[in-house]
Formats: sequence, C-alpha cells, structure tokens
Amino acid sequence: MILGVLIILPLIFSLLLFALPETEKNKIIALTVSLVCFAGAVLMLFNFLPDPSGYPPFEVKLLKSMGVEFKFGVDGLSMLLVLLTTFLTPLIIYSSFDGEFKRSNAFYALILIMEMALIGVFTTTDIMLFYIFWEIALIPVFFISALWGGKNTRVITFKFFMYTLVGGLFMLAAIVFIYVKTPGEHSFAFSEFYKVILDPQAQKWLFLAFFLAFAIKMPIFPFHTWQPDLYYTAPTQGTMMMAGIMLKMGVYGLFRFVLPLFPVLTIDWGFYAIILSVIGIVYASIIAIRQDELKKLIAYSSLAHVGLIAAGVFTRTFNGLEGAMIQMISHGVNIVGLFFCYEIIFRRTKSGKISDLGGIASQAPIFAIFFMIIMLGSIAFPLTNSFVGEFLLLLGVFEYNKILAVFAGLTIIFGAVYMLWMYQRTMYGEPKPLTAGFSDLTMREILILVPVIVIILWIGIYPQMFIGIAEPAVKTILQINSGLIP
Amino acid sequence: MIENIWLVPLFPLIGFLVIALNFRGFKGIWAGRVASVAVLASFVVSVNLFLQMTSGHEAQTVTIFNWLHFNHISISFSFLVDRLSVLMLLIVTGVGFLIHIYSIGYMKDDAGYNRFFSYMNLFVFFMLLLVLGSNYFVMFIGWEGVGLSSYLLIGFWFKNQEYNNAAKKAFIMNRIGDLGFLLAMFFILQQFGTLNFSDVFSKTQSLASGSTILTLITLLLFAGAVGKSAQIPLFTWLPDAMAGPTPVSALIHAATMVTAGIYMIARSNVLFVMAPVTMWVISIVGIATALLAGSIAIFQTDIKKILAYSTVSQLGLMFVALGAGRFTAAMFHLTTHAFFKALLFLAAGSVIHALSGEQNILKMGGLRHKIPVTFWVFLIGSLAISGIPPFAGFFSKDMILAGAFETSPLLWAVSVIVALMTSFYIFRLLFVVFWGATRQKEDPHHPVHESPKTMTVPMMILAGLSVVGGLLGVPHLLGGSDRIHEYLSPIFAASVAIKNTTTEISSQTEWILMVVPLLLILGMIYLAYSMLVKKPVTDERKQKSFFKDLAYNKFYVDELYEAIVQRPVSALSVFFHEVIEVKIIDRFVNNTGKLVIWTGKNIRYMQTGNVGVYLFFMVVSIILILFFNLFN
Repeated sequence: MILGVLIILPLIFSLLLFALPETEKNKIIALTVSLVCFAGAVLMLFNFLPDPSGYPPFEVKLLKSMGVEFKFGVDGLSMLLVLLTTFLTPLIIYSSFDGEFKRSNAFYALILIMEMALIGVFTTTDIMLFYIFWEIALIPVFFISALWGGKNTRVITFKFFMYTLVGGLFMLAAIVFIYVKTPGEHSFAFSEFYKVILDPQAQKWLFLAFFLAFAIKMPIFPFHTWQPDLYYTAPTQGTMMMAGIMLKMGVYGLFRFVLPLFPVLTIDWGFYAIILSVIGIVYASIIAIRQDELKKLIAYSSLAHVGLIAAGVFTRTFNGLEGAMIQMISHGVNIVGLFFCYEIIFRRTKSGKISDLGGIASQAPIFAIFFMIIMLGSIAFPLTNSFVGEFLLLLGVFEYNKILAVFAGLTIIFGAVYMLWMYQRTMYGEPKPLTAGFSDLTMREILILVPVIVIILWIGIYPQMFIGIAEPAVKTILQINSGLIP
Repeated sequence: MIENIWLVPLFPLIGFLVIALNFRGFKGIWAGRVASVAVLASFVVSVNLFLQMTSGHEAQTVTIFNWLHFNHISISFSFLVDRLSVLMLLIVTGVGFLIHIYSIGYMKDDAGYNRFFSYMNLFVFFMLLLVLGSNYFVMFIGWEGVGLSSYLLIGFWFKNQEYNNAAKKAFIMNRIGDLGFLLAMFFILQQFGTLNFSDVFSKTQSLASGSTILTLITLLLFAGAVGKSAQIPLFTWLPDAMAGPTPVSALIHAATMVTAGIYMIARSNVLFVMAPVTMWVISIVGIATALLAGSIAIFQTDIKKILAYSTVSQLGLMFVALGAGRFTAAMFHLTTHAFFKALLFLAAGSVIHALSGEQNILKMGGLRHKIPVTFWVFLIGSLAISGIPPFAGFFSKDMILAGAFETSPLLWAVSVIVALMTSFYIFRLLFVVFWGATRQKEDPHHPVHESPKTMTVPMMILAGLSVVGGLLGVPHLLGGSDRIHEYLSPIFAASVAIKNTTTEISSQTEWILMVVPLLLILGMIYLAYSMLVKKPVTDERKQKSFFKDLAYNKFYVDELYEAIVQRPVSALSVFFHEVIEVKIIDRFVNNTGKLVIWTGKNIRYMQTGNVGVYLFFMVVSIILILFFNLFN
C-alpha cells in the first residue's frame, strides 16, 4: 500500500503545482511531499527488513487491460533504489531554495513527476509499465534542462533526447517481440518474460536492443557523449537528478532484464561489455585529469565510476553484483554531494572554472571539511561508502579476469589524481579575486550536506545493513541468470 | 584487560573528533594538551598490554564488529594483540606522545594550531588501526588512513601550492602501492577464502614453498610496502614530504608511518619466507634504495632533506634484513631507528626554530655553543645512527649486517658501504651546522635561541632512548641476552621453522663482521672531520664534478618520472578529449543525426503532390520487383 502512495502522491501534487500560481509556497509544498515520500520509504524498509528474501514480497494490482497490469513489487534491489530516490529528492529540492527559478511551480512539478517516474521504474513488475515510466522519466529531465539550462542548452538537451529515445525505441521493439512469445494468455509480467525461451538468433538482437537502451542511459563508453555536455549545461538540480538517480535506471535494467533474459549471451558477450566498461573507466579518468570546468570534471568522474558498476554487473559474480548494488547507492549520494559542492562554489563566485578558483579553504574552513569528506567518498577511501562498493566490484572483476581487474583498479589511482588535483586547485593556495570574499556555509547548506555525509560514513563504517538488503536479490538474479529458477 | 584493546585507538579518535568539531573553540595551547593526553592514555594502556605480554600472556584476537558478512565472505573489524603489535603500539604511542609534546612548543604560534593537532591525532588513530588489525582488511584501512593523514599534514600550510604538490605526490605514489596491496588481498581471498592473519598463515603452510601464487601475493604486498616505505621506484615522495611541519616529519616520515611496510612484511613473515623469489627482490630493492638514497644524502644542503634521504636509506637496510629473513633484525632496527631518527628530526626542528626557519646547512655554522642542548642530543642521534657502540644503532645495524652476510657476502659489503655513507652524511651535517664559523645572518629581533622546555625535554628523553635502546638486543657474543629476539620469537617461530637455516657463523667471523665496519665508520667520521672542520666549509657545488652534480640533483629521478609518466598521461588526456571524444565519437553521433535530417529533407521532395511522379515511381518499382523475381 505504501508503494502506491509513493507513486500517487508526487503525481497528484505535481499536477497541483502546475495549476497553482507561482509563489514562494510551491517549494515548501514540493519539499514536504518529497519528505513524506522519504518517510514512506523508510516505513517500507521496516516492513521489508525482517524478510528481505523472495520476489516480489508484495504486489499491488490496480488494473489489468491488454496484458498490462499495474503490478508493483519490491525486492532488495528495488528497495535500495527507492530509498536512494526518496532520500535524494528532498535534498535536491531543498538545494534549489537559494536559487532563482522562473516559473518555479513548473520546476518543482517536474521534479516531483520525475520522482514518481523513478519510483515507478524501480518498483513495477510489469515490463510495459516499466517502459512507460522509463519514458516518462525522460520528459522532466528534458524540460528542466531545456528551460532552465545554461548556454546552448536546447541543442545539447535535444541531442540527449534523441540519444535516449532511440535507445528506448529499440527496447520497446524488443519488449513487444518477447511479449508475443509469452506462453498462454500473453502478459507483460516480469515473471512471464523470464519463462520465455528465445531462439539464439533472436536473442542476439534482443540483447543488443536492451543493452543499447541501458548503455545510453548509464552511460557506458562509447555511448556517453551526451553526458558531459548535458551535466554541464543543465541546472545543477537537473544534473543531480540525472547523475544521482536517473542513470541508475540503466544499471537497474541490466539487473532486471539483461541478466535474467539472456543467460547465454551475458556469458558470451559479457566479456565485451566489461571491456567497454573498463575502457570507459580509464578513458574518462584520464580525460578528467585535464578538465578545467569543475562540473565537467565531476561528470567525467561519474562516467568512470559508472563504468566500474557496469563491469561488476557483467562479471555475473556474487561480489560484482553485490558491489554494484551498494555502489549505486554510494555513487548516487556522492555525486549529488559533489554537484552540490560545485553549486555552493558557483553561487558565490559565479564561476565553475577551476583555474579561476583557489584559496577557498582559508575563507570557508567548514565547507572545506565537508567537501573533503565527500571527495574522499568519491575516491573510495576506506571507511567511506564507495570503498565498500568498489572493493566488492573490483573483487568481482578480479574473480572474472585478473588482468582486467588491474586496469579497472587504476580507477583508485586516477581517481586520486584528478580529485586531489581538483581539490587542491579550488580549495588550497592563496585566494584569488573571485574567491576572496568566499563566505562559509549557510545553515541550509549544512542541512543538505550533513545527511550526505552521514550516509557516506554509515555505509563506509557499517555496511552490513545495506549488504543484507541486497544479498537475497543478488542471489535470485544470479539464480535466474544461471537457469536454476525459471 | 586485553578485551579493552579498542581503547587504544579510541583515545586518539576521540581527541581528533573533539578538536576537529571544536576547532574554533580551543584557545591557546588547549588543543595540544587534549591531543597529547589522548596519545598518553593510549600509551598507558599499551604499556599495560606490554607487561601482560612479557608475563607470558598468549596472543589474542578481539572482534569489535562484523564489518561485512555475506555469501562466503566474512570480514570482521577485529584487533590482534600479540608481541609484535604491542611492540609497535609502544613505539607509535610512546614516540608519538613525545612528538605531540614537542609540537606544543614548536607549533605554538601557528594559525592552524588546532587543525594541526586534530590531524596528528587522526594519524595516530589510523596508525594504531594499521598496527592492530587482525586481518589484511583492517590493516588496509589503517594503511590508507595514514596515507590520508600524511597528505593532510604534508600540505598543512595549504596556501603554498608547492607544499600541496608534495602532499598530492605522496598520496598518489602511496595509492600506486595500495593498488598492489588491494590486488594482493584479492589473491589472498581467492586462495585462502579469508583475510585473517592466523588463518592465512596456517593455510599457507600447506602450500609448496615458492609456488607461483605465493610469489605473486608477496610481490604485490611488497609493492604496497614500496609505496608506503618509500623504496625504489616509489621513493621520491618522501624527500618532498619534508614540506610538512618538522614534528610531522619526525613522527610520520621517520618513526612510524614509513615503517608500516616493514611491519606488514614482518607480520606476513610466513608468506614471505615461502616465496624465495620475493625475498631476493626485497633484498635487491632494499640495498639499491639504501645505496641510492645514501649517496644523494651526502650532497644535499637542506637539513631536512638530508634526514629524509637518510630515512629512505635506513628503510632500505631494514628491507635488506627482511629479504635475508632476519625479521627480528628488521624490527629491532625499526625500533632503534624510531628513537634516533625522531630525535634527529626534532633536533633539526629545534635548529630551524632557533634560526627562524632557515633550512640550508650552508647558511648555518658554529651553533655548538648557542644551542647546547640541541647540539648534544643531535650528537647522540648522530652517534646512534652511525652505529657507534654502545648507542642504539650499533646493535641493530650489526644484526642486519650479520643477516646480510648470511645471505651473501656481496650484500654484506654493499650494506657496509651504506653504513659508511650514513656516518659520513650525518657527521657532515653535524660538523657543518655545529662547528666552524657562524654563517647565519643574525636577526636582531630573533636572536639565535635555545628551544623551550616543551621541545627540549622530549628530545632529551629520545636521546636517552637512543643511548640505551640497543640494550634490547645485545648479542650473545658481547655477553648480552638478545632480549628482543626472545621477545619476538613466538611471532617468527613458524617462518624460522620453514626457513630452517642452521648455518651458524663462527664467533670469530662474527667478531670480524662487527669490528671491521666499526673501524671503517670511525675512519669515515674522521674523514668528515678533516674535510669539514679543519678546512673552512665551501659551497660544494662550486667544485664541479659529474657524480656530485648527479647526486645533488637526486639523479634526476623526478624529471624522469615527469617525462615518462606525467607528460604522456597529460598528453593522452588532451588527445582523448580533443580527438577521440570530440572529433571521432561525437562527430559520428552528430553525423548520424545529420544524416537522418538530411534524408528527411530530401525524401520530402519526393512528395510533390504530382500524380505523374508517383506513377513513375510505381512503374519503376514494379519493373524492379519483376526483374528481381526473374533472377531468383
């Protein structure tokens, strides 16, 4: 039941916001709704924790027509991603309070629609519904970037739109193809899809269709060229939504469809997918070293980290999958933290160019501490969240292939290179004209950064709760993939 | 009592948090007091543990909580209390405490006083984790943690970008080694299914000695040690790390953190003994580093850089001992080195303090009478590091030389050369700084002055330890009881049994091995004396010579790395971004888009609304279809 509320509540209030005039109250409404959703997700977690096994633990059947069912269910993977979505959305909304947005009612309405669509994607157990939510999630991002973005934003946003729409269409074709083959009365239910036996030839292009959709969304090298530009030009809240949550849709798709539907091909072609991912890690890391735009640097770092997640999924090892799930959460939290730090700097200096910055640490010591911890989280420092994820991911890649693990492991060196270099040039040294009057964090900014840091340290120091949530889901997915359960 | 081991790292952690969360609240020297008390508390607990160990208490593992537990991986956050870890506890907290006290005086006027002490406590916390971990995982947490604290403290004066570069370099070079450590952990997990020391070591013994997997694991672990303990090829960060405040150099870059690699290998002695290839690699890397760093140290002019290269060189000697399977000797030298090198750094800090920040020894001179306490402790430190009996370094160095001789006489000969270099560069330093004419510019506002009590007392205590520290391991030959050997024997028992070398050196040879180097060292000191005290000191760089120039410029290793690593990566970065990203991938994407638009644009013209054109297309199509059917 809670799940239904989580989806309907943001939808209703987003429609309401569209109707309301543009006032200061709008952001309060949006924030309240997102906080209620978070409370709902936590409540759901308490129902979920005693028995995180089995799939799906509960289903809400709302409607059935043409084989499309309004079915929702939650396993460990969904649970983690719902928590991530509902945790980050209020932070993202709250982070916009200091900004000035024209037509703010539409802005917040779009964010709420986005939240609704994301929760839908992560929880539905009907693949047609999945596709619908998947495409709905594209719309708010498109408008947020196109309407509130920076220079050249329309062109860049349109490119992204085409990219991901093309991927989506191939996926739709593949879905319909498999639907026709479902036994008995055709159904879009995941469980029915998993039962379909596909002939090897058809599997190949179906695999490619799904893979393309997810690879573009994450993105995996070389399907990524929409990403750095869009992250750069979109308003920071939009970037946070995309990098923090939306790209997890791609990883989620790998877990939910590519692994279970194409067991043989994930073995045969998984190797190439891992190669692409590992190339992406090294490639993006090396590009990040010389980036002068802070926002683009963070974008490329995200590309590198996501590459490792993808590699972990395709290893089909327990550690790789477990690590990917933990790292999805960690990456989401860290990247939002990093983009918010960027936002803090940009608000005060009106510049995101690293060469314009410097000496901030002496002006704003509290900010320096927060930024440092988030940066450490991002470079997988022990006792922070992404160390747990990257440790398991690299272990998974290692179990798969030792040479690839060495290359993937370069991320811990390159990550330190570009992040420390960035931190040094923005925060240390003598203040420059733009940073001379840099004021320290406001209460509001602290309130946003503290939850981020709490999660970074919590998962880093005591990851067992999150590991425990993910474990049964990993087990199930691997069993389906290896044909142990149909 | 041993169950309360978590108290040891807890005190500095609390100290760190209290100071860090309240960094604006502490006024005066309060932060220094809090930090020192925290380390003192850990020291008291450690002493207590030490007494229990010596009274025959067995080694014990204390689990704090389960860090990670799923599938068949189980990693716990647990501590191992045994003779080896307790010895390290004493060094870390004991020397650490003295350096904290010293810092209260040394850092008194620094704007970042509170921040300094919070970092120092953070360092001690991570160092204690490193030492106490009962598995490679907890050790790794401490391992990376000390790297972070080191980074923060090297770049402590963060307004200076050169210092920041040094800090970054240290962190990155350490991370390169850490990747080796991480991969070693993966191999261990795969091979043994666990990271716990006790399980790994007991399972190791069922493998064949010299098996590939063991060689691989130990080489990767050694890569980690190379990064942390600044050996070839990852040693260049340590001299640069002297950018940090001098107490940091004493604590982190001399006494404790850089010895973590030695500790880790000694801890894993069973693994290493069973990988003879790795042992050879360790010996060779160790001796090469010792020689290289020693020769660089002779020609440096920065007082801290000389000591830094000296540290690299001494660490190399410890690796020689490890490579020879003389784990006790390595640990013994680690201990005495912690005393005298910390002392030398603190004394150097006192000199720098007295001269208001001057670090070039050629601008110092005749300080013997102006800062007598500093002079005397520096002299003691120099005697100790040179290996003059009965000072601490004599006994530990002797043990290493004996071990080297057992492995190969050549290794012994080169080690002796390193020892000679050591005595030469340290006495060169001593004579230039404390003898001769006054070369420093006298500043009337800041006359040359002896340091306050908070600084001199810790130095005196360390000087005392540098005198008597050697008594821990007086060899049987000199009528001693070699106590450290006996103390550590349970730790190294298994590896001694595996190695099973019973080649006893005759006591006559042993005498020769002891006396010959000693006479040479004394000769070396006299050489330094005649070169630098009898004649006036000149800037050596004016006397050009190829080797001198090479050594003065540190054999251009930094420049080499810049040419073969930094610049190519940087160029690659630009190439990836400007060529592959923009010109290839993105152009392909954009052209696909353009193609679609172009096609749409052109196809549009076909829909002219002219029925004749449509009919034409229809007829042509039908003809084509018929044509194709004809040929099929």
